[in-house]
Amino acid sequence: MALLEIKNLTVSFDTSVGLFHAVKGIDLSLDRGDVLAIVGESGSGKSVAMLSVMGLLPRTAKVSADVMRFDGTDLRELSAHDRRRIVGKDMAMIFQEPMTSLNPCFTIGFQIEEVLRFHLNLDRSARRKRAIELLTQVGIADPESRLRSFPHQMSGGQNQRVMIAMAIACSPKLLIADEPTTALDVTIQKQILDLLMKLQADTGMGLIMITHNIGVVAETADRVVVQYKGRKMEEAGVLELFEAPKSPYTRALLAALPENATGDRLPVITAFDPETAAVR
Amino acid sequence: MVAVVEARALTRDYNVAGGFLSANRVVRAVKGISFTLEAGKTLAIVGESGSGKSTLARILTLIDRQSSGELRLNGEPIDIGKAPVTKALRRKVQMVFQNPYGSLNPRQKIGDVLMEPLLLNTDLPAQERRDRAMDMLVKVGLEPQHFERYPHMFSGGQRQRIAIARAIIMRPALLVLDEPVSALDLSVQAQILNLLADLQDEFGLTYIFISHDLSVVRYIADEVMVMYLGEAVEQASRDRIFANPEHPYTQALFQATPKASISAIRARLAARSGHANVTG
Repeated sequence: MALLEIKNLTVSFDTSVGLFHAVKGIDLSLDRGDVLAIVGESGSGKSVAMLSVMGLLPRTAKVSADVMRFDGTDLRELSAHDRRRIVGKDMAMIFQEPMTSLNPCFTIGFQIEEVLRFHLNLDRSARRKRAIELLTQVGIADPESRLRSFPHQMSGGQNQRVMIAMAIACSPKLLIADEPTTALDVTIQKQILDLLMKLQADTGMGLIMITHNIGVVAETADRVVVQYKGRKMEEAGVLELFEAPKSPYTRALLAALPENATGDRLPVITAFDPETAAVR
Repeated sequence: MVAVVEARALTRDYNVAGGFLSANRVVRAVKGISFTLEAGKTLAIVGESGSGKSTLARILTLIDRQSSGELRLNGEPIDIGKAPVTKALRRKVQMVFQNPYGSLNPRQKIGDVLMEPLLLNTDLPAQERRDRAMDMLVKVGLEPQHFERYPHMFSGGQRQRIAIARAIIMRPALLVLDEPVSALDLSVQAQILNLLADLQDEFGLTYIFISHDLSVVRYIADEVMVMYLGEAVEQASRDRIFANPEHPYTQALFQATPKASISAIRARLAARSGHANVTG
């Protein structure tokens, strides 16, 4: 059985000019140990689709799906109370801006231990021990004294490591990383991607990478879903996607990479009709 | 031929006020940068946060004065700490910023955005200012009817076109572009890079292009300068630096940049399945 299974997911928002469909009928399936990249430009609905899985969308969002199942639990029927028992424990997410995802008023030790207190029945000293263990695991030097640091006392890369530590605190079965390295320098990006891939390989969790960066896709994914204007353009193995992209949109996206430029001009992506560009 | 920009041993010190018991400190953000840039060429400055590239840009755009060293524009020595910046001088250097959402006044119509530099710096009559602004609007790929619209009605890529139009309407000798495409989607990035190449051909513009994205730099630059902690650790032609990066930091930067080539993906997948076999 798939760890995460989604069929015909649609998300729409009520706006002053009528219903806006951010996600239009996406199918997705992920097994344990899989690394899936969802790639798309802004407005492709890649983040919204995953936020709906986490149940983090605002009340104004209308979510519907034929199937939306995580590890045997139907996410559509889940009460807010039951969802809170899963989100952050079996299914965790990290975001683009580590500086704004952490609470500036509390130490990182408090914030990591809060996750452990809520989801696991650990006493104070066990929580502290686990927090130190987690910081060591994500590669933060001198973890004991770092527990007393506030987010503003650490760099962006270190804060992202703390976010990852919080996300993996309860050994989740699924980790969703939404543009985890977009705000970081390239050398730090490399470290964070290496860390995520190592944690994934060690724990065998499912990993979904949401990104607009084709290079990040190439460096991490087993399988890739390309999204455009709320629709899935194509899904393929990573090698297959780069060697022989099927959708005209994917081909245009790859051709627009500056490193693939031939001659003086970059090919420009014109507007596609998402209906006809999709490959099933 | 006289170079458009000549910099010799430019430095910039910032005084950091001490506390009750600690003395004032001096932080040297730029530590002796020298380069020469000829007309019609592009110099790319590559570096991560804290490398001093934006401080250097502030000196080159006459926003900040250098602490020591010599800066010449079209052969004329410039030190804005000693002599105030004249209008003629201001016209020579223009800048395009990273975030097109923050760099346009939301209450100013696009036409006014483009006419303001002419109003401030020239004695042209109103009709002439209007005509020139309209010409420039069309030149950067927008429509005449956009003249009366406000920034919020435009996409990120269109706003960056407006920012570029505003910068080159004064026909500057030097255009400093600070991460002009890093906030844009891949498809829009290709359009803006093409536009910059076209404008450079048409007006013989000289660019200083600040970026952390090596694939973009490789596409657009003639010369490359790699900065690290305020120093230019490597300076060479684009072909030389990409074929044979010499400094360890440059090599680290190349190594950290995600690779989207088929061979790189193959190698990664092979390593990954090897790892899986060992652990599983």
